[in-house]
Amino acid sequence: MGDPTAAPFEALGQVPIVLYTCLAIVVIAVLVVAGILLLGWWGSLWRNWITSVDHKRLGIMYVVLAVVMLVRGFADAIMMRTHQAMALGEGSGYLPPEHYDQIFTAHGVIMIFFMATPLLFGLFNFVIPLQIGARDVAFPFLNNLSFWLTFAGAILINISLGVGNFGRVGWLAYPPLSGLSGSPDTGVDYYIWSLQLSGVATTMGAINFLVTIFKMRAPGMTLMKMPIFCWSAVVSNALILMIYPVLMAAYIFLTLDRYLGFHFFTNDGAGNPMVWINYVWVFGHPEVYVLVLPAFGILSEVVPVFSSKRLFGYSAMIWALLVILVLSFLVWVHHFFTMGAGIAVNTFFSIMTMIISVPTGVKIFNWLFTMYKGRIRFEPPMLWCMGMIFTFVGGGLTGVMLSLASADWAFHNSAFLVAHFHHTIIGGVVFSYLAGFVFWFPKAFGFKLNRTLGIASFWCWFVGFYVAFFPLYVVGLKGATRRMQHFMDPAWQIYYIVMVVGVFIIALGILSLVLQLILAIIHGCKLKGNLPVGKADPWGDGRSLEWSVSSPPPPYNFATVPQVSTTDAYWQMKVEGKPIKTSGFQPVHMPSNTAAGFWIGIFALILGFALVWHIWWLVMLCFIGAVASFICYSFFGDHDGYYIPAAKVQEHEEAFARIEAKGRKA
Amino acid sequence: MEHIKKISYFFGAAVLMLLLSGCDIAVLQPVGYVSKEMRNLIVVSFVLMLLIVIPVMIAVVVFAFKYRASNKNAEYLPDWGGSHKLEFWMWIIPICMVSILAVLSATYIHKLEPSKVLPESVAGNEPILQIDAVALDWKWLFIYPQYGVATVNEIYAPAGRQVLIQMTAENSVNAFWVPKLGPVLYAMPQMNDKLHLISKEDGVYKGRSANYSGAGFAGMEFDWHSVSRGDFNAWVAKARQSRNRLDRAAYLNLAQASQGNPVAYYSGVEKDLYYRVVNRCVVSGTVCNEELMKIAAAKSLWGQLCSVFDPGVVAVK
Amino acid sequence: MSPTMIKTAQAGGHHDDGSTRILGFWIYILQDLFLFATFFANFAVFSASYSSAETPKEFIDLNFVLIETFILLTSSITYGFAMIGVRKNSVSATRLWLFITFILGALFISMELYEFHHLFAEGAPYLRDAQGNIIPYANGIDDGRGGGIAAYWSAFFSLVGLHGLHVTAGLVVMVCMFVHLGMHGLTARNKARLGCLSLFWHFLDIVWIGVFTAVYLLGVL
Repeated sequence: MGDPTAAPFEALGQVPIVLYTCLAIVVIAVLVVAGILLLGWWGSLWRNWITSVDHKRLGIMYVVLAVVMLVRGFADAIMMRTHQAMALGEGSGYLPPEHYDQIFTAHGVIMIFFMATPLLFGLFNFVIPLQIGARDVAFPFLNNLSFWLTFAGAILINISLGVGNFGRVGWLAYPPLSGLSGSPDTGVDYYIWSLQLSGVATTMGAINFLVTIFKMRAPGMTLMKMPIFCWSAVVSNALILMIYPVLMAAYIFLTLDRYLGFHFFTNDGAGNPMVWINYVWVFGHPEVYVLVLPAFGILSEVVPVFSSKRLFGYSAMIWALLVILVLSFLVWVHHFFTMGAGIAVNTFFSIMTMIISVPTGVKIFNWLFTMYKGRIRFEPPMLWCMGMIFTFVGGGLTGVMLSLASADWAFHNSAFLVAHFHHTIIGGVVFSYLAGFVFWFPKAFGFKLNRTLGIASFWCWFVGFYVAFFPLYVVGLKGATRRMQHFMDPAWQIYYIVMVVGVFIIALGILSLVLQLILAIIHGCKLKGNLPVGKADPWGDGRSLEWSVSSPPPPYNFATVPQVSTTDAYWQMKVEGKPIKTSGFQPVHMPSNTAAGFWIGIFALILGFALVWHIWWLVMLCFIGAVASFICYSFFGDHDGYYIPAAKVQEHEEAFARIEAKGRKA
Repeated sequence: MEHIKKISYFFGAAVLMLLLSGCDIAVLQPVGYVSKEMRNLIVVSFVLMLLIVIPVMIAVVVFAFKYRASNKNAEYLPDWGGSHKLEFWMWIIPICMVSILAVLSATYIHKLEPSKVLPESVAGNEPILQIDAVALDWKWLFIYPQYGVATVNEIYAPAGRQVLIQMTAENSVNAFWVPKLGPVLYAMPQMNDKLHLISKEDGVYKGRSANYSGAGFAGMEFDWHSVSRGDFNAWVAKARQSRNRLDRAAYLNLAQASQGNPVAYYSGVEKDLYYRVVNRCVVSGTVCNEELMKIAAAKSLWGQLCSVFDPGVVAVK
Repeated sequence: MSPTMIKTAQAGGHHDDGSTRILGFWIYILQDLFLFATFFANFAVFSASYSSAETPKEFIDLNFVLIETFILLTSSITYGFAMIGVRKNSVSATRLWLFITFILGALFISMELYEFHHLFAEGAPYLRDAQGNIIPYANGIDDGRGGGIAAYWSAFFSLVGLHGLHVTAGLVVMVCMFVHLGMHGLTARNKARLGCLSLFWHFLDIVWIGVFTAVYLLGVL
């Protein structure tokens, strides 16, 4: 074996797809940067976005990152499916194993850690402070830093496309395959360091939001009067806080194995690879709930608004969340019922898994009874929600089947399992997040996304999902295993062709979404500089505090901190007919922007790259650079913030009141 | 809208047709005792779950239609947000369902535990055929210790005779799976897993590794030939004529990574080879894991507390 | 963790600078606890996995580690005195006790490094062949039966090392606090910073007691 870090550009020469993709990415990146510089936007971008500590802007940046990563991850999915549809029997497809194996690894990692998680944090960032009546998060600088570390991780994982290669190990990288003996080249190192960066960022984000929610609620908003989305965020962030350290520890051990000759997960030196499987699933299973609980929270916000009705069973909902918080730690072994752990262990974890399906299933009834005797309007967010309820129960069905350990022995690692978790993740998580995205978009920008395209996007996703994943259940039962680069049985081809059709229907859904965004950008350009642009409550039946401020909200969110007395604070205000206050404002204190987060992110990115390629002088340089940036910020950063003068607040609030009055007349 | 509906109906019908026309759904058309029991469990749990899922799916559509905003005749209760009676039922129904499934699951886990010998009523009292399986990069090695032969990527076993498969892996974690016969079970390095199977019908069944293990993973398939006793004996005789010996050196040679290995036979398998593979002491001069753990237990308190190491390798009786 | 904090202009005024930051730091410590918990669990799993390497018994000098332990525990007390200085608004007392704490912490780290050096110099952690010779570790290339550090020692160094890294980070922050105190004195922000560092330092003390018990006492017995 030679030097694992030799020949970094090998893949570019060997696989033309990679070369063209990289060229395209580089060209697009150069064009974007050149465009920004030529149009003279750089200064504005730097002041208003890159160095911003405003939670709303950071939230939008997170969502942009997530959408870009969605396209990347989905491109992987298209390649896998088209390849598999060709690689049966005599056919060999167009991806050799060493390339195909990278693609499914990247697909999983990107979709979970760089698509779903940033989208989640984007929504947390934008919505939570507004919902609890706060002016920002507890630690605005930390928030900015979290974003840039996530960004660094996302860039690092995409560098692996052109320089070196990515891991060929599956998204949870079981050793010894992911150890030095199984993967001597740099692929797994890219995997480790990009996830380590995003893991640190996610943990910091969790601390930030927990403190924000515990400390910064508007007066009168007790925990049991908080919107369900915030509750789901509490539980989700508490889970992050407890599970990410386990994953980080596992990656540290694997790093030591790979870099320093330690023996944790090796076959020699008394290492034990099976320990890893426990670590990653102690992380991995609660991670599912980290993603899906906020999805439940979103539904609990959207369904009442479009049913024009109170949420059914508010407190039961919260108890269900808390039960899930506890139980989610007691089910991880169901990911390896097939390890031969014995009767007692399998029985315990099988039953725990079924029990956790109860609080999960109960929520479905909550939403159903929220719709019951309401006035349902079929706007795009509501369509996503109904699609989610309809699809998610199906995913729950196969989930319960998988929880029966003896049945799981027939499904484990088969295409059936892949179909199941896409059923819950696309049907449960993606549909809900998109519901939230469409729902809160007008709050962020002052106007709604195109409705027709929104409905088209939903139906494409919905139909495409069933076409793409139901055949997968069938081939799973026929004996198809996941992560297969080639199938022996040509009779399965028809199923894989149907799946490809489904994938392209979903692609149309994504295309509609992107078109919606392009239309929105064009519309936004016309409105440039004229904020506030929209009504406070564009959907008409907003219930929580975020709908009480202008769209987009002013930098300080709330001119005066609202007083809360019920669960649906804004609904209550409307019932009481409170007028918008237009005088008697105090100056508002705001945190100052800082470039420190950006620089630390850049140092972290180069640090990760240097670690992957064993460039030790650069490692030292960047590590010192990152720490020094942090320390410098503590010494020279502007911690005192600044004040928005009362006159400016008044000006904004008067403009807001005018728009509201105009809206009411019309 | 109409268009989209039509398209969705078309694809729905296509998917259903595929489902129904699938003449060979391995998991649902089992040929062994264990797999038949698993099939029963799958079908029963599926039907039980449908009892909840179908009404919910119908309710979503019905509620959406009935309480649409344009239907001003429907009742509208904007402030109705709770009902203890309803909440009681919406907790109690899933709890009942889960209780039934939990009992079902526990029963089947006890009944089908892979390491347990099958009941005599199913397997008779014929001596168990033992196969020691090793997942190599990227092929399967099957050792027949009772007959002193070994094969690569092929299993022959008499129909109606109980088979014990012990499995381990040389490098990565793999999983042994013959969908028509029984469960997936991990073949893990340093570990020994035991699986009891029986095939009730003659036939050739596809088996493969069900846990991704690297570049050659897709090719890690083998055929399980379930044959009459006479054919089995003939096959053993054929394997015994092979000139290949499977000693430790030959094993290490075979363990080198390779893809697309044809079926091969070995006669004269070195005694204890499987034990040494599990205990990582095939290379001469290395000490077996079991020995190392015994030394550790003698040396320290932690060793005594944590020395639960038991490779559990079943030697031939 | 975060050096920044905004005044949350909430009504009532009960949300002051310090308490938000301290709550944030408590939550950070909670997550750190989970990190340590994983390392402890890892150590327990591999606590008898010596393979062909030496066992810790002959190589660990319990008296030496006991002195280390006392030094770290004393540093916790001296940090307590520094916090009394903060309460009394006395910059000089705070700096004096902080300095003493720093010296004790640095001494602890030096002793730990010396101990690590000693273990490697004696060759205790290395895997050995049947003749008892150390198998050379082939610079990152492992054929699956190469040399390196046995699993027990991997877990040992990672757990003790993680604690050591935390202490080192604490020392770096202490240096920064000297400068902060010199620049601005005992402002509310600096008081909150010292409060967080205090939590951190005592937390590391408690973790060390766990390390001392699990790794050293039980390892030598």
